Amino acid sequence: HKYLFIFTEEINFTAILTSPSISPLRHSPWGKKMAARIHGGAGAGAATALSTFNPKKLVAPSRTNLPAARSSKRCIVAAAGSDASKSLRVGHSQKLIANAAVATKAETSATTGTGHELLLFEALQEGLEEEMDRDPHVCVMGEDVGHYGGSYKVTKGLADKFGDLRVLDTPICENAFTGMGIGAAMTGLRPVIEGMNMGFLLLAFNQISNNCGMLHYTSGGQFTIPVVIRGPGGVGRQLGAEHSQRLESYFQSIPGIQMVACSTPYNAKGLMKAAIRSENPVILFEHVLLYNLKEKIPDEEYICNLEEAEMVRPGEHITILTYSRMRYHVMQAAKTLVNKGYDPEVIDIRSLKPFDLYTIGNSVKKTHRVLIVEECMRTGGIGASLTAAINENFHDYLDAPVMCLSSQDVPTPYAGTLEEWTVVQPAQIVTAVEQLCQ
Amino acid sequence: MATAFSATLPLHGSSQENRLLLPPTRLPPPSSFLGSTRSLPIRRLNHAHAARRSPVVAVQEIVKEKKPTNSLLITKEEGLVLYEDMILGRSFEDMCAQMYYRGKMFGFVHLYNGQEAVSTGFIKLLTKSDSVVSTYRDHVHALSKGVSARAVMSELFGKVTGCCRGQGGSMHMFSKEHNMLGGFAFIGEGIPVATGAAFTSKYKREVLKQDCDDVTVAFFGDGTCNNGQFYECLNMAALYKLPIIFVVENNLWAIGMSHLRSTSDPEIWKKGPAFGMPGVHVDGMDVLKVREVAKEAVTRARRGEGPTLVECETYRFRGHSLADPDELRDAAEKAKYAARDPITALKKYLIENKLANEGELKTIEKKIDDLVEEAVEFADASPQPGRSQLLENVFADPKGFGIGPDGRYRCEDPKFTEGTAQV
Repeated sequence: HKYLFIFTEEINFTAILTSPSISPLRHSPWGKKMAARIHGGAGAGAATALSTFNPKKLVAPSRTNLPAARSSKRCIVAAAGSDASKSLRVGHSQKLIANAAVATKAETSATTGTGHELLLFEALQEGLEEEMDRDPHVCVMGEDVGHYGGSYKVTKGLADKFGDLRVLDTPICENAFTGMGIGAAMTGLRPVIEGMNMGFLLLAFNQISNNCGMLHYTSGGQFTIPVVIRGPGGVGRQLGAEHSQRLESYFQSIPGIQMVACSTPYNAKGLMKAAIRSENPVILFEHVLLYNLKEKIPDEEYICNLEEAEMVRPGEHITILTYSRMRYHVMQAAKTLVNKGYDPEVIDIRSLKPFDLYTIGNSVKKTHRVLIVEECMRTGGIGASLTAAINENFHDYLDAPVMCLSSQDVPTPYAGTLEEWTVVQPAQIVTAVEQLCQ
Repeated sequence: MATAFSATLPLHGSSQENRLLLPPTRLPPPSSFLGSTRSLPIRRLNHAHAARRSPVVAVQEIVKEKKPTNSLLITKEEGLVLYEDMILGRSFEDMCAQMYYRGKMFGFVHLYNGQEAVSTGFIKLLTKSDSVVSTYRDHVHALSKGVSARAVMSELFGKVTGCCRGQGGSMHMFSKEHNMLGGFAFIGEGIPVATGAAFTSKYKREVLKQDCDDVTVAFFGDGTCNNGQFYECLNMAALYKLPIIFVVENNLWAIGMSHLRSTSDPEIWKKGPAFGMPGVHVDGMDVLKVREVAKEAVTRARRGEGPTLVECETYRFRGHSLADPDELRDAAEKAKYAARDPITALKKYLIENKLANEGELKTIEKKIDDLVEEAVEFADASPQPGRSQLLENVFADPKGFGIGPDGRYRCEDPKFTEGTAQV
């Protein structure tokens, strides 16, 4: 039997049997949003699991609980090609990710009506606003966060609601205002420090490394630094080398900080809230190109666990570890791979420091092959650390060397073609999987 | 060169010529916030070149004009408190040097001998909830703020009873109880932290509507005044009218770099008015002058009038650190400042003005000697940190070490508490 499962963002989902001749991704009425899970000769194990499949059981309890998310079956779906791009409010510049997974409203009749749809930057804003409502010590500081509403509109409207002191427009002095946020955190506030572009935080490296990371330790545990440092990073659309940096590789060695990367509106809001509530300093990496992703998220309050990875698509053949924007390239490649008969397991690692070695380990033990797809640079990037961690901990379970696809070690060029070749593209992912699965 | 700095400019002049280099600004109503364009004051920069040519007036004389009935700046009790604090600073630092050469403490140790007047002059005016931020030369700031000599000495010895559990060392003296916010190894690093502490004070008052008039005092040196963080924070402090006092301990030397060789305009107090705050220069070898200036600056900050930049001309009698051979400084310069030893000066003042007699001062010196000896004994007897402490304070929430391959949080691993876990 071949089963086509459609996982939607709402709590319910439907399973449809379809014949293998129809390519489900383009012509199916559900084609706007689905992941195909086709079992070729995949073995009885998978098929039996499907037959006992009860959709209602998979109402994800982890949405409202904190630690239970480990067995979450949440899946993000890949959208089909041209239809999806029409339904997006984006232009040509977003064409590349329009082909990839952009969550749009499903037409399933099983919509319960709970939840509301919004874009990723609105999800971040919602999370931030809820936390500011909940705790008056939460404040925001950064360039243009107040009257301008944030350069990516994440703090839009907050200055009007909370005042100019709680949503502080700072002068252009990253090192000093990051340090100011750290000093404020030491004395009782909970600042959310925005870097207008993550690259600008290079100017704040002194404060982030020395004070943010270390002060809790060098003070013998007396002072906590509950800051959230957030901002957009990653390779955008021809923004030039300096605005296209991936700082996760530079910050990852700093002891004492946690790093998370959001990739969907759901986890953006959840991680923002969790980061603000955490007593540790957390760096939240957003991506410039993901701010307009649309998804339906629950109305009720929820938090995502800062240390956990997210299972995007369970599979059997190979584990693909990714985060942030590359998740969507991977999901797009996954469609192609599924057509070719592969069954990739895709995990969005979300927590860049520390790694969730449990989720990753379980996956490696199942599939025995690992491919890491990241936007970070090859040298000293997150993938490099992850490769080392997997080799150290799960060496016995590997049937092939861990392969890591990273961006080229070049300053991101301005020219569109060159920029495209700097980052990992879905075709490369497909080739890598085929190579690993030989 | 040093003589150029002996001129003192008072904070408040009774005559027009002694007008401070402060641009007059209209004070916005207390609830509005300067960062907003809605209440942007119109600043008329006061190019008061006249002030530079004004006659030099010592603070003591000005104060005499203000308080004709009492010609003394301090009472007996205050005088003894100041004396005791300075003696504590001096004895403690001398003991540090001894202990260092005996191999009880290691690394970089920066001693404060000669600069006690600045620390005592400012910090003895603060309450427990006011904050102090310092640099690597922070032992005496911690002691003045109230951290016990035992805790500081143990920290220097690297013992578990130190104020930072032995994890910070000489350059990281922190105390939450006494609001000593460190102790920073890189210069200029603490100034933004101090700005943040002052920001919290303003936030508590204006957003949380608490009754908070805590001020923050940031100490740093002449070398720091060429660092970007300093200027960025001067800007923000003046812009947001934060309750902070920037105290420059200008001891003329940054390790081996003379202040005059590294700074285009060596008069640091002038940099305050460039940002819209008063800049004051004071003789940092005279604790009473420092105290008078500090009183005014602290009162200004508490009233919500914003920051002040105070440049204290001072001198360190020892090298930059205990590893510094101190060969570049001229012996004549050292002798000149040694003659202006702040402790000797205060002692002379107290005795001449009949505020105390030799016996009382000797008692204080003896008391401090015993205290410092006892601190050394305590530190010697204290245990070294155990292995279990290694991983303990890295994160406030140790879940930050993540989830291990077995599915448990690493901090739940029993090896974690032993300090042997692989994290």
